[in-house]
Amino acid sequence: MLTLENVSLRYAPGDGRSQALLVLDRINLNVTEDDFVVVIGRSGSGKTSLLNLAAGFLAPSSGRIALDDRLLSGPGSDRAVVFQDDALYPWLTAVENVAFPLRLRSVGKDQRLKEAYALLERVGLPDAADRKIWELSGGMRQRVGIARALAARPRFLLMDEPLGALDALTRVRMQGFLLDMWKSSRAGALLITHSIDEALMLATRIIVLTANPGRIAKIIPVNFGRDYLSGIPQSELRASAEFRRLHDGLTGLIHSEDEGIAA
Amino acid sequence: MTLSLETASTDLEPGGEIDTKPQRALPILWISAATVTALVGLWSLVSFYGLVPPLFLPSPLAVLRALSGLVVTGFVDATLAQHVAASLSRIFGALGVALVLGVPAGLAIGTSRWGKGILDPIVEFLRPLPPLAYLPLVIIWLGIGEASKIAVIALAMLPPIILSTAAGVKSASADHINAARAFGASRRQLLLQVILPSALPSVLTGTRIALGAGWSTLVAAELVAATRGLGFMIQSAAQFLVTDIVIAGIVVIAVVAFLFEVVARRIERRLVPWAHHR
Repeated sequence: MLTLENVSLRYAPGDGRSQALLVLDRINLNVTEDDFVVVIGRSGSGKTSLLNLAAGFLAPSSGRIALDDRLLSGPGSDRAVVFQDDALYPWLTAVENVAFPLRLRSVGKDQRLKEAYALLERVGLPDAADRKIWELSGGMRQRVGIARALAARPRFLLMDEPLGALDALTRVRMQGFLLDMWKSSRAGALLITHSIDEALMLATRIIVLTANPGRIAKIIPVNFGRDYLSGIPQSELRASAEFRRLHDGLTGLIHSEDEGIAA
Repeated sequence: MTLSLETASTDLEPGGEIDTKPQRALPILWISAATVTALVGLWSLVSFYGLVPPLFLPSPLAVLRALSGLVVTGFVDATLAQHVAASLSRIFGALGVALVLGVPAGLAIGTSRWGKGILDPIVEFLRPLPPLAYLPLVIIWLGIGEASKIAVIALAMLPPIILSTAAGVKSASADHINAARAFGASRRQLLLQVILPSALPSVLTGTRIALGAGWSTLVAAELVAATRGLGFMIQSAAQFLVTDIVIAGIVVIAVVAFLFEVVARRIERRLVPWAHHR
C-alpha cells in the first residue's frame, strides 16, 4: 500500500517568487493494489506535484510517504510512471523502448525482447514493434509507454494525464484500454487528470483537489470502471442517471471554487 | 542540404492572386552554379586581358595545369595525394583526441556542479584564443614533430565539442530522465543510456563545427617544420611566388572541407534520425 500522511509541499522563495508557495496542504491518501485512484483538480491544484511526490521525484516538505510502512527514499521500479508526453526514447524502436526497464536490470537480450513483444501484443500493437517512435500516432505511443511501464512489473502505475494529448475519440478507447491494463496487471493505479468524464469512467475513488493550495476537497467512491470491466459498455454507463448526477456534482464542485476565487 | 526559401514562399501575382501553380522558379542549386560560373568567367577575362599580372592572379587554366602537375609530379617532394593524406591524418588524429577528451568533459560540465566548476574556466580560457597564439608554446612543449601539430588542431577542436556536448546534456528531456529513474536506473545507466543518446545530435553538430575549426588551424599547424601537408604546400609555394600552386592548394582545401561537410551531414542523418523528427 502506498501511503501519504499529512503530506505538504512548499516551494521556498526564489524563482520569481517573493514568498514561499504552499503547493499541497496536508494530503492524506492511501492507494492499495486494488485501487484505481484518480486525482482531479484545476491547474494550480498541485496534482502533478502530488504524482511526483508519489513517484519519488520530489520529497515532501513535511509529512511522510511510505510504501508498506517503508519510507520512500526516491524513485523506484515498484512505481512505474506514465507521462503525458509519452517520454519514449526516440533512439530506440517501440519494442526496445518496452524492453528498456528490463535492460536496466540486465535481463538478457533475447529474454527481454521476448517479454517486450508479448507486452506489445497485450497492448494491441504487435505490428508496431520495429517502428520508430516518430512513426507512431499519439494513442499508439501512449500504449507503448504503458507497455514499457508494465515491463517493470510495478506494484503501482502512476499516470500523469496520460490521455491529455490525445483526441477525444482516441481518449474514449484508451479509457477502456487503461481499465483492461489495470485489471490484468494487478497494479494499483494513481492517475492525474482534469477531465471529469475520465475520472468517473476510470476511478474506484476520485480525489478532488482545490487549487492554491492543493487540499483534498472531497473523496468520491465510484464504480463505473469496475462495471465496464464486468461487461457493461461505456456508452451505457455514460448514459446512466448515476453517471450524470455525479458528473453534474463534480462540475458544480469545481465551478463553485471558481466563483469562490472571483468573490 | 540547402533549405529553399524560394519554393516555400508563395508568389503574389500583380493581380493579387496567389500563384498555386507548380514553381517555375530556378532551383537554388542552379543559381549557385551560375554564380560560380560567372566568377570563374570573370577571373578568366581578367587574366586573359592581362588586367592583373599572372604573378598575382594566374589564369584558371594555369591553376588547372598546376593542379594536374600536383597530382602527377607533385610539389616539394610530395604528390598532391601525399600532401592531402598528411593533412587528413592530422585532422583525423586531432579529431580523435578532441572527441576522446571533449565528450567526457562536456558530459562532466553538463551533469555535475564540480565538473562545471572545474572545466568551465579552462574552456572559456581556451575558446577565444587564436591557435597561432599558443602554437609557439605547444612547439616548445611538444617539439616540432607530429605531436605538436595534432595538439594545436585538437586544442582548436576541443571547445566546440565540449560546449556542444554540454548543451546536448542540458537539452535532455526531464521526462526522459525521470522515466529512467522511475525504472531504477543507476547514475551510470542514466548517463550512458539516456543522457548520452540525448546529447548525440548536439555532439555531432559540435563535431562539424570542430572540423571547420580544424581546417582553419591546419595551415597554422603546418607552418613549422612540416615536410608535407596542404598548409605546408601552400606556404612553400607562396615563398617561391608560385601563385598557381597557392590557389590550387586553396581550392583543394575548400573542396575537401566541403566533402567533409556533406559526409558529416549524411552520417548525422543516419546516426540521429530522430533529431529531424521531433
